[in-house]
Amino acid sequence: MIKAILIFNNHGKPRLSKFYEHYTEDTEQQIIRETFHLVSKRDENVCNFLEGGMLIGGSDNKLIYRHYATLYFVFCVDSSESELGILDLIQVFVETLDKCFENVCELDLIFHVDKVHNILAEMVMGGMVLETNMNEIITQVDAQNKMEKSETFIFQSPRQDR
Amino acid sequence: MALKIVKGSIDRMFDKNLQDLVRGIRNHKEDEAKYISTCIDEIKQELKQDNIAVKANAVCKLTYLQMLGYDVSWAAFNIVEVMSSSKFTYKRIGYLAASQCFHEGTDVIMLTTNQIRKDLSSPNQYDTGVALTGLSCFVTPDLARDLANDIMTLMSHTKPYIRKKAVLIMYKVFLKYPESLRPAFPRLKEKLEDPDPGVQSAAVNVICELARRNPKNYLSLAPLFFKLMTSSTNNWVLIKIIKLFGALTPLEPRLGKKLIEPLTNLIHSTSAMSLLYECVNTVIAVLISLSSGMPNHSASIQLCVQKLRILIEDSDQNLKYLGLLAMSKILKTHPKSVQSHKDLILQCLDDKDESIRLRALDLLYGMVSKKNLMEIVKKLMLHVDKAEGTTYRDELLTKIIDICSQSNYQYITNFEWYISILVELTRLEGTRHGHLIASQMLDVAIRVKAIRVFAVAQMAMLLDNAHLLTGNMQRNGICEVLYAAAWICGEFSEHLEDPMQTLEAMLRPKVATLPGHIQAVYVQNAAKLFSTVLRKHEGSTDSQAAQETSQLLIERLPLFVQSANLEVQERASCILQLVKYIQKLQQKDVEVAEEVSALFAGELNPVAPKAQKKVPVPDGLDLDAWINEPPSESESEDEKPKAVFAKEEPKHSRPRHTEVDEKELARRREARKQEQANNPFYIKSSPSSQKVYQDAPGVEHIPVVQIDLSVPLKVPGLPMSDQYLKLEEERRQKEKADKKKKEKKKKREKHGKGKRADSGPESEEDITPAHHVDIVTEEMPENALPSDDDDKDPNDPHKALDIDLDNLLSGTNYRPLADSEKLPVRTHRSEALKSPVEEGDGEQIPQETKKRSSKEKKEKKKDKDKDRKKSKEEKKKKKKHKHDVDEDEPVELPSEEPVQLEDTSEVAAPPTSTSAEASDLDFWLSSAPVAPPTKEATTPDPAPSSGPETSLAAAPDSEADEPKDVEPEEAKSSKHKKKKQKKEKEKDEKKEKKKKRHHHHHHHGDGGGEDSVQNGTMEEEEPLPPMSNYCLLAENSYIKMVYDIQGNLQDGSQVVVSVIFENKSDSFLKSMEFNVLDSLNSKLQRPDGAGPHDGLVVPFQLPPGVSNEARFVFSVQSIVMPQKLKGTLTFIVKSEDSSTHEKLDFKLHFTCTSYLITTPCYSDAYAKLLESGDLKSSSLRLEGVNMPFHHLLARICFHHHFSVVERIDSCASMYSRSIQGHHVCLLVKTADQTVSIDAKCDEPSLLGNVLDEIKQTFSQC
Repeated sequence: MIKAILIFNNHGKPRLSKFYEHYTEDTEQQIIRETFHLVSKRDENVCNFLEGGMLIGGSDNKLIYRHYATLYFVFCVDSSESELGILDLIQVFVETLDKCFENVCELDLIFHVDKVHNILAEMVMGGMVLETNMNEIITQVDAQNKMEKSETFIFQSPRQDR
Repeated sequence: MALKIVKGSIDRMFDKNLQDLVRGIRNHKEDEAKYISTCIDEIKQELKQDNIAVKANAVCKLTYLQMLGYDVSWAAFNIVEVMSSSKFTYKRIGYLAASQCFHEGTDVIMLTTNQIRKDLSSPNQYDTGVALTGLSCFVTPDLARDLANDIMTLMSHTKPYIRKKAVLIMYKVFLKYPESLRPAFPRLKEKLEDPDPGVQSAAVNVICELARRNPKNYLSLAPLFFKLMTSSTNNWVLIKIIKLFGALTPLEPRLGKKLIEPLTNLIHSTSAMSLLYECVNTVIAVLISLSSGMPNHSASIQLCVQKLRILIEDSDQNLKYLGLLAMSKILKTHPKSVQSHKDLILQCLDDKDESIRLRALDLLYGMVSKKNLMEIVKKLMLHVDKAEGTTYRDELLTKIIDICSQSNYQYITNFEWYISILVELTRLEGTRHGHLIASQMLDVAIRVKAIRVFAVAQMAMLLDNAHLLTGNMQRNGICEVLYAAAWICGEFSEHLEDPMQTLEAMLRPKVATLPGHIQAVYVQNAAKLFSTVLRKHEGSTDSQAAQETSQLLIERLPLFVQSANLEVQERASCILQLVKYIQKLQQKDVEVAEEVSALFAGELNPVAPKAQKKVPVPDGLDLDAWINEPPSESESEDEKPKAVFAKEEPKHSRPRHTEVDEKELARRREARKQEQANNPFYIKSSPSSQKVYQDAPGVEHIPVVQIDLSVPLKVPGLPMSDQYLKLEEERRQKEKADKKKKEKKKKREKHGKGKRADSGPESEEDITPAHHVDIVTEEMPENALPSDDDDKDPNDPHKALDIDLDNLLSGTNYRPLADSEKLPVRTHRSEALKSPVEEGDGEQIPQETKKRSSKEKKEKKKDKDKDRKKSKEEKKKKKKHKHDVDEDEPVELPSEEPVQLEDTSEVAAPPTSTSAEASDLDFWLSSAPVAPPTKEATTPDPAPSSGPETSLAAAPDSEADEPKDVEPEEAKSSKHKKKKQKKEKEKDEKKEKKKKRHHHHHHHGDGGGEDSVQNGTMEEEEPLPPMSNYCLLAENSYIKMVYDIQGNLQDGSQVVVSVIFENKSDSFLKSMEFNVLDSLNSKLQRPDGAGPHDGLVVPFQLPPGVSNEARFVFSVQSIVMPQKLKGTLTFIVKSEDSSTHEKLDFKLHFTCTSYLITTPCYSDAYAKLLESGDLKSSSLRLEGVNMPFHHLLARICFHHHFSVVERIDSCASMYSRSIQGHHVCLLVKTADQTVSIDAKCDEPSLLGNVLDEIKQTFSQC
């Protein structure tokens, strides 16, 4: 199971947080902070696994992360997930983002966090991996976006041309 | 209305959207909080509007703010509103918001049930998808209960996109509503073979998640997963399955054996590191599970270790890390193979990556020996000095202690060295593990008598320098050490050089700042020291010193009398009064030392940590019964005595201490960190502060500039562990030299568990301990019960999912879904009719079957597995049993009337055997030895049977006449149960046998009799179509002949051909003569004296329209091939006016099937048979078979004379025997109109022919 997926930048600003277990907002922020603290102090060329922080789960949990340019992608998983598999999944996630946003950068994530959520929802559902095939993910995301567009076209709206 | 919309739109012109909000926040970096609060006010306004678009926009913004840590639960109702919008765009926003902030406590969640249900059944797949995604995040027990059925329906949706989501979410539903697992499981299992890889992967995912927590319930799925593993190419799925197998193998060693080959192949072939790694991991798990039974897997171990070495040597840190992780698993069972890579692991200790160092530390545990312990620990101590961050340092500390103390200090040759290591460790600043060090000190001092003098001296030193440890109360974790120090000094005070000085140190005012329980120990042990001082001085003339001591106590103790801690206060005032009294006596020159030391006479022995628990309950004592009636009010809230005395037992105090302190400390540390993080003025201390040891008393209040020295300064008098390293080396050198002279005159003494030391390499034997070490073993009560109590966490949500699924809906012994187990269905009128498949199942099942609880069954299975060893005995029984059956078996001789059909129709076939899935699994597992051409394959048999036998050899023989008294109560009862079950089982079987007697039926073609008699079809399924084995032999205008061939069990060379003659004409038929042309192989048995070409007279005449049956016996030699015999029937047609001689040619077809005899087989015998390994296997695949599974089985049973051994769901094992005693075993599985039959027989050609015939049968329908 994946317990949480976090994206934050080099300064610890959250860009996406998805918790598959409920925590209060304060705890969530604390987890993000702690995770950032743990991850950010690591060198570039050390392993991408980290025995979990105290806050999420127990000893069974691991942090698996990747660092891309200004962003950290962190998955908190338990022992039923394959470590290398999750690393691949992060790669798939980032590549998918790259395809969907066309050369993704931090700003895309900042302004379109909802879209990132929608993409993520096609990959991971309720903490379990739903789809790992990038093409399939993109197909579904595109189909839904198309639907959204058609709705906006039919029903409205003066705002659109702003 | 229109106006309103326009107005709404205009309003929206001024709204911010998400992007505006983000931009705004970025532009207001200085007063972000203020800006956001105005935004929230705006959002509140927007939410008040009727326009759903406005609301959705607001909710979208709230979702963003939620991520920034703002509580948006106040908008929960608005989120529900947006969720229920008919537009996908808004719905998606709503569900996203809900998934981010709804949880079980959200009360509006119950309003969503119907909306979600509507979305789930929406024609738009993305509406459904979004609802499922959302639900997966906030499903509550109520939602799970109400929606379980809807989601189940979606599992069979036409769109794979929906199917995979529905499958995946079922896991969440199971967690929240465990009752849904049983009803949903069959369908979930079905999805493992879904044509869409995504759905398949989801199903694998869910089952793996389930099985991880309760693996034993999913063991029966192993064959299916095995198939997936060998067929799937999706690495993600493969990884999951392989991980699952890792969890299953410990439960079934045979599975492991079957796995090794394909896994090894994967290891060699795959290019994906992730897959390779998981394979290695599972192979390790297999090897661990096999390690008890199988001696020869060194090749596999070597392969694993070799692959892991490659990983560890890789420049990729990730692989290095994982390699070490896996290595530590091998270490547990095959330490030798890991030890050869010591160089590599020690090298990893120096890695710059902390995660890797930690993993390497884990491995060190198995690397140490007497020889290198000091060296390794020295290395670790260096790391301790260098380490940054307390976590890693604490980890190092615990590892050092673990390594040294493992198996009763097995590797320690010099305890002085160990004590000094412990003392050095006390210098660690800010460690959480003070109590760990303390308990080690106590343990060593108590159990190693020879070391006490040294230990006491060290502890006195520690007490003297106590201020260094307690300098900072925040870090008082380490002051626990003083507890140990004080106690050791007090208890073994006779070894103290200068007890007076130590006493003085223990009574310093600063002590009052220590935690209460430590002060208490101080006070108590001050009294012990006092008695020692008295004794020392009384003998001499110097009575002044003794009096001074009393005076000191009287001066200092009042400080403790005033303590807020009750314990301290009480002890201090007692001792103060005592000392005052003693002082009086001293002034009168009375000798008191004797009396005072009597207070502390006697020695404490170490007690094993679990000793208390293991005291057996005496006979006749019922601990659960009330001695007195319980008081009505609970008084338990009264303060509990802190049991300080109990803590003086070293081992006892440890675990409890750890728990409390760790939690509390962790909490405090967290709070502190938090506070520090938020406090800009806080300057974090450099981690190496306080490394300096100072000896000047009274300077602690002077702010000291912290000097960061890589080598800690020496404290005069405090030993450095390093010096021991040198000493030890010298000593060993010398010893070696001595030894050569003395020629092994020395006999090394071993004590207690220390005997295990033998296992060390030979060279270690030479190393003798520096002291004569007497490791006192811990005391245990007499008659201690052997017990291990590894209780599971009662709060684990997965506990509720420990549900036996094997007997679910399976053919033979299944526990149907009780009414209470059905998924709640909407009570709508329309829905009432459309109840799901599961509904109605099992309603007609007799209560009796219901009672067979899953537990019972599991036990039986276990029973069976375990008892394989003593199955000889059982076998005898069974043989006897079989004989009975055989005798009862209807011996069909050629004669008489066809059997009436009426009785048969009543037989609602009873369960054949009890452990359906077990033997199914057995069947599958048994093929292991046949398939892989391993080295062991040369010996055909032992592989399959030896595994379970050896591993279970220790299992108690449940056949034992009387359970021994020693055995725990539980075992007893379960044994009884087993016995009972066995009896029941046998009874059942007998009953069945009687009922089953119908297996060969003699039908009239037109009889229309129902033949659902075959075992295995117990469900109240649609009735079987009428079946008949009689096939047409020949026909003309007068007569029709149909025939059936049955083997004769009594005589292995005979078959009986029953022919029904039917008169189709209006004439009378008589003088019928039946003749065949014999072949070499098959001959018609003719009466004595008849020639080889004579026909046999049919013993009746046929009036018009009448039919009758005659039987002819044939003798056959070889039965492995089908055969056709030509024959002729001659008869006279007699009409009123004329009679003509007529003749009809026919071909009698002896199929191989006709040589088979329906023979019942018990699952366990069946399993044994399969295990024997001398069966050849073959398989068959039938496409496009469109009939219910039970029909299919019935057909095989009926037409091919098989009996069902067990059936589970869409899988059944069947058995038959030829007249010459060949065993034929089938495993029939069906999925999607495809039937696959795996068969085994000791005669391959017979098998091949039988399979061909089965194929024929199904191609006809």
